[in-house]
Amino acid sequence: MIALDDLTVQAGAFRLAGISLTIEEGQYGVLMGRTACGKTTILETVCGLKPALAGRIVLQGRDVAKVKAAERGIGYVPQDGALFTTLTVREHLAFALKIRNAPRAVAVERVAELAGLLGIESLLDRRPLGLSGGERQRVALGRALAAYPKILCLDEPLGCLDEATQEEMCELLQRICREVHITTLHVTHSMREARTLADRLFRVENGQVAIVA
Amino acid sequence: MSEPDRTSPSALREHRVPSDAPFLVCLCILGGLYVVLIAAMLWADVSFTTVDSFFASLRSEEIRYGIRLSLISCSLTALLSLWIAVPIGYLMSRYHFRGKVVVDALLDIPIVLPPLVIGLSLLILFRMPVGRFVERFIPVTYAVPGIILAQLMVACAFAVRTMRTTFDQISPRQEQVALTLGCSKSQAFWLVVLPQSRRGILAAGTLAWARALGEFGPILIFCGATRLRTEVMPTTVFLELSVGNIEAAVAVSLLMVIAAAVVLLLVRVLGHAAPLEGTQI
Repeated sequence: MIALDDLTVQAGAFRLAGISLTIEEGQYGVLMGRTACGKTTILETVCGLKPALAGRIVLQGRDVAKVKAAERGIGYVPQDGALFTTLTVREHLAFALKIRNAPRAVAVERVAELAGLLGIESLLDRRPLGLSGGERQRVALGRALAAYPKILCLDEPLGCLDEATQEEMCELLQRICREVHITTLHVTHSMREARTLADRLFRVENGQVAIVA
Repeated sequence: MSEPDRTSPSALREHRVPSDAPFLVCLCILGGLYVVLIAAMLWADVSFTTVDSFFASLRSEEIRYGIRLSLISCSLTALLSLWIAVPIGYLMSRYHFRGKVVVDALLDIPIVLPPLVIGLSLLILFRMPVGRFVERFIPVTYAVPGIILAQLMVACAFAVRTMRTTFDQISPRQEQVALTLGCSKSQAFWLVVLPQSRRGILAAGTLAWARALGEFGPILIFCGATRLRTEVMPTTVFLELSVGNIEAAVAVSLLMVIAAAVVLLLVRVLGHAAPLEGTQI
């Protein structure tokens, strides 16, 4: 579950206060809003990449507002994927497991499982340079899911993709979120994405978060 | 006779552009003169000496000492510069703090200061209590460690600048993702940032090495020019010239030209080899 309670966030001179929203366990929440309305700042604050000035961020029943990003148990996929340019796809999928000192056999098994789930078995030995937009986002998604997070945060993950790939990725996201039963917060400005994916739809408008559906 | 109507649609459609040739010719003449001057300078060096006298000069014990000390001190300076430039470059690229502008300006001071002033400043520093305290443990002034310190003061500034540019060109987003994946800031740096900056590190090290090789002013003031003691290649050129042995001075100069050419070639190759995505030098 993701619950934001009277949260205040800031990015530079820009500030949003009194943000409250709840996404129940296993639900797919979509946060919409115009460009530069602060939706990415909210997402990054949830992930622990920006400090919360006030309020609570409750993930799976625990207030993590003061917890480091590394300890929040969130899978994060930014807009451009932000893949690690020196690592292969296989190393991406094993990255979070390696950080947690997981046994090699466990990592190998998890990489194979994720590659199958995301349809990227043929890319495992490639590096990010030369991957298509859709392939990159699949890899980024696999990297984010590797350590079994309970929460998934997606920052306009389909923003850089062509229409056909967007549709493919929408189906993939729907299927994966259902299969791994993960609570998702997805930031977008596309109404079409929101309609396709959202169980809960929120809109950032005039500095406030409103529940749309 | 009446003027043609320049506002009519047909006149606007038939717009003619003058030839680009004069512009390109001017560029070539102005830029070409400088390129020719550099080439002529190098040609003059090469034509002044013969292969036999070149190798004969290099057989002198003093000159061999100068070459050896230059290679050792430059390599140590390059390594030390990287040890300093990587953390400073990363801090300056990623963090904002009070007084950053001042620190930024301070880091550029060795680049803009006349080399003699750097040597003089070091000499004064090591005449002060703090400098004298250091010299109780390790001789610096008029000694080999002083040569490395004098080279480091200038070379490191160039390495810092290169490393900062390198880190600026690596998206911080990747480190942020690494943090959410469970990394500490240190792990994100070692596992994500540093592997991507290896071309920048190589370029910074090479530049620092090249700068150190050409350093003369600070070494002369801070360490003197004692044969077989504080003699590096530029010192050799100076000493040989001062006793009228121009052939030997040119031979050592040519060696430095070759070293500089190799280093520049390396930097170009490292900079232009297909860069890793998001990393350019």
